[in-house]
Amino acid sequence: MTVQRPVYFDHQATTPLDPRARDAMRPFFEESFGNPHSAHHTLGRQAAEAVETSRRNIAALIGADPREIVFTSGATESNNLAIKGAARFVGNTRRHIVTVATEHKCVLESVRALEGEGFSTTLLPVLPNGLVDVAALAAALTDETMLVSVMGVNNEIGVIQPLEEIGQLCRARGVLFHSDCAQAAGKIPLDVDDMAIDLMSISAHKMYGPKGIGALYVRRRPRVRLEPLFSGGGQERGMRSGTLPAFLCVGFGAAAEIARQEMSDERVRLAELAEQFKVRLLAVPGASLNGDADKRWPGNLNVSFAGVDAEALLGALIDDVAAATGSACTSAAVEPSYVLNALGLDAELASSAIRLGLGRQTTSDDVEVAANAIVHAVDTLRAQAQDSAA
Amino acid sequence: MAATRVYLDHNATTPVLPVARAAVAEALHQVGNPSSVHRDGADARRTVDQARDRVADLVGAPASDVIFTSGGTEANNLALLGFDRPVIVSAVEHDSVMAPARLASAGFSTVPVDTQGVLDLDALESILSAHPNALLSLMLANNETGVRQPVREAAQLAHGQGALVHCDAVQGPGKVPVDMSDLGADLLTVSAHKFGGPTGVGALIVRSGLSLAPRQVGGGQEGYRRAGTPNVPGIAGFGAAARWMIESADPDVTSVARRRDRLEAACAEYGAEVVGADAPRLPNTSCLTMPGVSSETQVMAFDLDGIAVSAGAACSSGKVGPSHVLAAMGVADEVAGTAIRVSLGRDTSDAEIDRFVEAWKKLFRRKHPDLSTRLAS
Repeated sequence: MTVQRPVYFDHQATTPLDPRARDAMRPFFEESFGNPHSAHHTLGRQAAEAVETSRRNIAALIGADPREIVFTSGATESNNLAIKGAARFVGNTRRHIVTVATEHKCVLESVRALEGEGFSTTLLPVLPNGLVDVAALAAALTDETMLVSVMGVNNEIGVIQPLEEIGQLCRARGVLFHSDCAQAAGKIPLDVDDMAIDLMSISAHKMYGPKGIGALYVRRRPRVRLEPLFSGGGQERGMRSGTLPAFLCVGFGAAAEIARQEMSDERVRLAELAEQFKVRLLAVPGASLNGDADKRWPGNLNVSFAGVDAEALLGALIDDVAAATGSACTSAAVEPSYVLNALGLDAELASSAIRLGLGRQTTSDDVEVAANAIVHAVDTLRAQAQDSAA
Repeated sequence: MAATRVYLDHNATTPVLPVARAAVAEALHQVGNPSSVHRDGADARRTVDQARDRVADLVGAPASDVIFTSGGTEANNLALLGFDRPVIVSAVEHDSVMAPARLASAGFSTVPVDTQGVLDLDALESILSAHPNALLSLMLANNETGVRQPVREAAQLAHGQGALVHCDAVQGPGKVPVDMSDLGADLLTVSAHKFGGPTGVGALIVRSGLSLAPRQVGGGQEGYRRAGTPNVPGIAGFGAAARWMIESADPDVTSVARRRDRLEAACAEYGAEVVGADAPRLPNTSCLTMPGVSSETQVMAFDLDGIAVSAGAACSSGKVGPSHVLAAMGVADEVAGTAIRVSLGRDTSDAEIDRFVEAWKKLFRRKHPDLSTRLAS
């Protein structure tokens, strides 16, 4: 078998651009240009039409109306805009926000920023399988609660949160529900109405679209109002000013349409590959899967190898497998994962975990190559540790 | 016969340079997230770092001072809302400066401009004496009129009082030299798509030592000043465009100015008045009024003739209101409502200027049959 090494197993950090999305983008950075906001002249009109087609594709992916899609520079901006924007909107008299300990940093940091502005927050723990306890969430809601933010699929451990239950609960209590679906959109079926979601963050580069573009879904009925993160020309119905990058919007739209069409087949395919991988990895003594075994996105396997330092393991794998210990944010910061910590893993087990992200181009051969390399590296590291202890 | 289109709206956005296209295309093949430790991540990181060096070179700043953003609007907002200081702006700033200025928690003041659109330095001085710890935001050149501001002089006044200086230099690169230390700016905004780079990427350059409150928080990218996975292909294109401007672009833009001047002179014979004509201006920009013909009518008529121009700033589509820039210059609303912006590119040819002038004459004659008869005689 011919497998190009290192094999890419870091699809939570970013996904390769789908060649079909790249083809769709090409005319918009090669031939056509024109500020899509210059409504009058023809070049601008072509760009604007392409952007609107993309907006429709993205809306279709999550069961939304195109007018509810606000383009942003990515999920970090979307999450900041959703959380800070909803909280700061003049007229919001409630000042309590509920989120979860395992959310992405940009959600947690946004909530923290609001604490400095006089908002109170509740950071819910998760169950040992990484899932939110909906009863605990219900108990945390007060008459003051304005917003609940719970992600769709966790970036580190891949567990799928019960969005529909949470959404119905929030709807019944009159609380806005925001979901960071950067890792969920294009992977699992999402429907903003079924899930009663008021605000949803999406990122293109996590679903085989380009980096530098994302979206925020903002419900129109009943209307959710936001204070913009930045303002100026009033684009995106005043919620997000700035010239839209037409080529990135087009790539995002194409990626969304591909994902919508291929989602269910791809999920089955990845589940088979994940099973193949899991069987190999969990056969290693002291190996354990982090996060719920069933309620998970199959393209994520987070595995601890007791007694093995994850950084050393990734170092040993550098020629064979491109993977990560967790979130790819500040590469400089090597700290134990707060997500694994929230599952109740002790520091040692948490620091022995690696995240393996499978994706659209991953083949059974890739999994075989990676499994062999990981099993070998774990054995070698353990043998070295024994030698030096002896 | 379908004639090729003439694009005279370069202040709105520019065609992507071939080198920038190639850089975007190449980066679109890169897989990694620049924050990832593995080789794919390192490759993407290298792309971003190289572009950072180029953008820094373009404005004469150290690479570590460059914060990549999603464009000029975000960069301006980041600058204006990044400090707990009163904000001072000129009356002709872009909306992406005006809007955050109005939100500044420590208040904001506006410095008037003269009838040519140039900042009133005396007025600035007196406002600064009332707000010595302010943040002054002054654009390098106006997007609608091309009028250049005395940034260096204003910065000296501001620094003399202890104020900080931000310069929105979005309309600078590719048209006039931009050097941060020469300008005396502490913060500077640039945008890729205004000089041959892709849309969706810009930068705020922040002099080291200044602590700036971020607008979007999260993973700690860009030195904790702007979180989020960087737009690697956009940044690659930005860097390539910057490099092209530094190494390959003809620094002499007098030929652009000559064409623009010829266009203005020819249109002046058919009713055109040039806004800000007596001020120092960008070489490529012309703000023209055609008496009695609304800006919208003109833009549509030129579009039908295959020529792209715009009615003032090309921001939110459909937004048609009197320009705050022209109002600040004392241009009456009914005159401002007849203004269009013509902005040339480095490649705009004499033939394209001729096309525009012919279209201008045609429209003018149609709207002013009596006047044009007299003019022709």
